Amino acid sequence: MRFERREHIPPALAVLTPLIAVAISLALAGGLIALAGAPVLTAFGKIITGAFGSKLAVTETLARTAPLILTGLAAAVAFRARLWNIGAEGQLYLGAIAVAAASAHLFGGLPGVVQIPLLFVTGALAGMVLLLIPLWLRLRFQVDEVVTTLLLNFVALLFVSMLIDTVLKDPLAFGWPQSVPVASQAELPKIIPRSRLHIGLLVAVVLAFVVHFIQSRTAFGLQSRAAGLNPSGAAFAGVPLGRTLLLVAMLSGGLAGLAGAVEVMGITSYVTTELSPGYGYSGIVVAMLAGLNPLGVVLAALFTAVMFVGADAMSRSLAVPSYIADVTVALSLLTMLVAIFFTQYRIRR
Amino acid sequence: MSDILDILASAGLWAAVLRIATPLIFATLGALLCERAGVLNLGIEGIMTFGAMIGWFAVWNGADLWTGLFVAALSGMVFGALHAALTVTLGLSQHVSGLGVTLFASSFSYYLFRLLVPVEGTPPKIIPFQPLHIPVLSDLPFLGQAVFTQTAPTWLAIVLALALAFTLFRTPLGLAIRMTGENPHAAESQGINPMVIRYGAVIAGSALMAMGGAFLTLSAFDSFIPTMVQGRGWICIALVVFASWRPGRALAGALLFAFFDAFQLRLQTVMGGALPYQLFLMVPFVLSILALAVMARRARVPQALMQPYRRGER
Repeated sequence: MRFERREHIPPALAVLTPLIAVAISLALAGGLIALAGAPVLTAFGKIITGAFGSKLAVTETLARTAPLILTGLAAAVAFRARLWNIGAEGQLYLGAIAVAAASAHLFGGLPGVVQIPLLFVTGALAGMVLLLIPLWLRLRFQVDEVVTTLLLNFVALLFVSMLIDTVLKDPLAFGWPQSVPVASQAELPKIIPRSRLHIGLLVAVVLAFVVHFIQSRTAFGLQSRAAGLNPSGAAFAGVPLGRTLLLVAMLSGGLAGLAGAVEVMGITSYVTTELSPGYGYSGIVVAMLAGLNPLGVVLAALFTAVMFVGADAMSRSLAVPSYIADVTVALSLLTMLVAIFFTQYRIRR
Repeated sequence: MSDILDILASAGLWAAVLRIATPLIFATLGALLCERAGVLNLGIEGIMTFGAMIGWFAVWNGADLWTGLFVAALSGMVFGALHAALTVTLGLSQHVSGLGVTLFASSFSYYLFRLLVPVEGTPPKIIPFQPLHIPVLSDLPFLGQAVFTQTAPTWLAIVLALALAFTLFRTPLGLAIRMTGENPHAAESQGINPMVIRYGAVIAGSALMAMGGAFLTLSAFDSFIPTMVQGRGWICIALVVFASWRPGRALAGALLFAFFDAFQLRLQTVMGGALPYQLFLMVPFVLSILALAVMARRARVPQALMQPYRRGER
């Protein structure tokens, strides 16, 4: 048995790939739900109603989609250029804490129309800075950025934990380690009143279109793609590799930092070390499920949010640990990898 | 200053160095073996987590400690086979496959733990490995307290480092592994099957990673807590580069690293409050990044690392 590269990838197959991958991962998750002794179909039903069953559920699912779109885009733009940014989690936290600090100590008095954009930029800049360290180490010392971005996630979380314990600690939080809150003008307007759904979702969707435009219609987009597909060939064709990677890193780190900004300004209004339930890592799965396509990221982020919100609701009524969501999302990454392979290769005896 | 000398002169520090180093030695050797055959295994963090969980669970369920360690190794082999299937048979991106294995193995271990162990106030405990009393040596003044108070798996880890060094550099099998990692086409022309070597190395290496994780729950601590592996896997990936892919240096690197970690833990109690504790906890991660920056260009990377091998395809 051996694998042979397909001459043409059937378009229908390319579209179906993520659906097949998700279906297989759900089937495997069904096995694990059965292992927990719960009725599988009822459990899936409860996941769906948990994510869509009421107005509250829908807004909660969409509110969770927003940061996942942003971290998914962060991974997608980086991976497209073969810049392995696994540090979105740390960049998210740094963006979040920068926003809290800037709103409390710098821009606090400004009206929302001015302050909100300024804080978006602040969060994005903080995320960028954190990714520039591993990029510099790669360009200067040829250090694999996968390992350094992973390690920096731990450094960033400890750094944030230190700040909210000391200089940025909220004196009114009864000793809980949480940061000073953002100014009330900086809280993102709600799309639906009295829900947690804020305009961060619109920002994320618009950015998905912007990134799509950049990647498909600008010279930088093509260069970043070329840098990923064949670095030496791209260099030979005159693509400035270092500069391209720098821009990719700024875009990717900025998007991840923005995810943190949006969470703080839209949901919590202050930073704790539990701000993100692994949005940075889930972003990697989102990007892969989307086939690194920015518009696909929106759908993949929605799927991931449905799993998390739905599984939480399901585990409250059935004896299935809510970790089933993490397992399913991780499985969908693995099944997606295999599915992509079989769109490119076929089996020959 | 005298505080620092006090710390260095305490037997407890040196005993802690060996204890902290043990999981790093196991897992670094595992990662090194995979990479010597040409496969980067970023499944390490998840495989360590799963090993910690399943080894602990076996013992909690009545198995003896060595069986627990063995069960952990078996689970590592299963995840290793998965990673090998993705990266060797299918030739997929080793980065993404490894991260997928980590995400799956760690979330799966949390899921199983919640499922198998009834939720209680405090996590249930087992009786872990006890320090191995070595006649004469353990009774030596200072040295007995500082070095010879370790549990049996620590000695196993050190023996394994020497065994791996011998295997890689003094046996035909080791030559085959190294050839596969340098140039699988050349290896194949010598009658070596690179696929088989890579599968074997990744499976065996993953078993070592899981044993490193299991050391945490079976010897260093006595219960399983989610997220307890705490980035140790990533540190081990950095240690492999620091060690320039040599088992002896990996052993030395893990010990050096553990020394800094044990030292900062004690400094933290001495300095108490003068500096935020988070700064001390950052030390291992920052050191790993520095080690990578210093060593990455000097280190001799296996030439076929991260390159999939497909027969007849270049």
